[in-house]
This record gives sequence, C-alpha cells and structure tokens, in this order.
Amino acid sequence: MAFVRVPGRRPLPKKVVLFALSTCGWCRRTKELLNEVEIEYEYVDVDQCSGEERETITAMARRLNPRGNYPILQIGDQVVVGYDPERIRKALGE
Amino acid sequence: MSGARQPEEFAPEVVRLHERLRKEAEAGGYRLNPDREFTLRLIEGLLANEKRYGYGCCPCRLAFGEKAKDLDVICPCNYRDADVAEFGACYCALYVSEDWIAGRVPQRSIPERRPERFVDHGYSAEAPSASGTTVKGELKLPYPVWRCQVCGYLAARDAPPEVCPVCKAKQDRFERFL
Repeated sequence: MAFVRVPGRRPLPKKVVLFALSTCGWCRRTKELLNEVEIEYEYVDVDQCSGEERETITAMARRLNPRGNYPILQIGDQVVVGYDPERIRKALGE
Repeated sequence: MSGARQPEEFAPEVVRLHERLRKEAEAGGYRLNPDREFTLRLIEGLLANEKRYGYGCCPCRLAFGEKAKDLDVICPCNYRDADVAEFGACYCALYVSEDWIAGRVPQRSIPERRPERFVDHGYSAEAPSASGTTVKGELKLPYPVWRCQVCGYLAARDAPPEVCPVCKAKQDRFERFL
C-alpha cells in the first residue's frame, strides 16, 4: 500500500505523517486521536507494504526513529514514537 | 479504522481465541487487558499474522516473515514478563498487571525492550546472560536443564516439553540453560 491521505477539516501548516502497523492497537489509537482532532494527515501501514516499496518506507521510518518501532508520527520537524496522547496534542498545537 | 466495535462484530475464531488466551493467562498468573474491544482487535491482528506468516507474531512489531528471525516476538514474546513487571503492560498491552488494570500506571505504549540488533537483523539464539551465577569446576547433572525464554520456567529432562506448562509457549521457545 502507498500513503493514504486522510482529509481533515483543519489542514495544518505542518506536515503530519504516520508510519503504522495495521494490526497494532497503539497505532490504531494514534489514528483515532488524529481523526478526533480532525487534522489532515497521511498514514501508511508498513506491514501491508512489500518489496521495494517496503524498503523505501522502512528506510524513511528508520530515519525518523532509528530504534525501528511503531507508531512513528512526524509532525513538522517533531517526531513522536509510540502512542503518547499528551505529546501528540502538544506537537499539534492543541 | 475508528469507532467502537461490539464483540459480536468480531469473527467467532477471534472471540474463541480471546477466551482461550484469557483462561490460559489467568491459570498461569497473568492477566489479559480487560478492555475487551482493544484486546479483541489485538487478537484479530495476531490471527491475521498467523495467517500471513504461519505463526502468531506480535501484532505491534514489524515481522520479518521468517519464523527464525521473529521467534522472540511470537506472542507471548520473550519480553512480556519483564515489561509487565516494569511498565504494567507488555509491548502491545495484551497482557497487563493488576496495577495497570487499576489505573495506577499510565495506560500508554511503552519503550521497545527487544534488542536493537534483533529489530535490525532478526532474532538469534545467544548464550544465557552473563549476569548469571558462574559455576566453577565441572558441573555434572543427570539431565540437561531447559529454560522457557518467555516465562523462565525450568525443566530438567532430556528434551524440553512440547508446551510450557506455565505460559503455554511452544517447545521452540526453550533454550538449554544448564
């Protein structure tokens, strides 16, 4: 799969990109939080990618989080690893 | 993606596995996350992994898709007990502690305990940790001792048991301990 754009009612000046796993509960919670605040974001479920696309996407994810665990949320120049609602809201300027 | 799902909206195999895991957990002194929807969704992910990889890899970790490389993160993973003890929940929050259930520890994701080299290159069996007791001289035992890498159960017998009697991990999760 490629990146999926979720249109929000409030496009942010910052780019919001989520690297997630389709089966992970914390990744889902992160998506739910982003939906709840209605911002525009893009996500990709890395486990649903294969071949060259997967290599490209995991390399992008690794640059943001060298430890290689998910979810990885990029908000502008900030990166939040794991489901941490307070940090996510703060980075979004909520 | 969002919205609460009722238990009847999950496939019967998901509900059945949830019930079996819950019983096994409680028999072994563990607790499944009581948030039924969160837990059913994790179990759905676990079954999805079993179907696509052939084994129930952790739903919250990116699998290599080769059993030998993912062996330490087949659920229950090798890191569950240490994570439940330190953070009140395993990495996925499928298994949790009484403190977690009571809300005495934060209900959020925890750091990754799996060593970075395993995340990068996959699991590889290694010698028991150097922090253990050093046995001096020649140790003569009538049987080899096998250790369950998930829960630490020890069995002195010719071969490890097919299934760990405590945590139900399969035979391939045992290592030679002595």
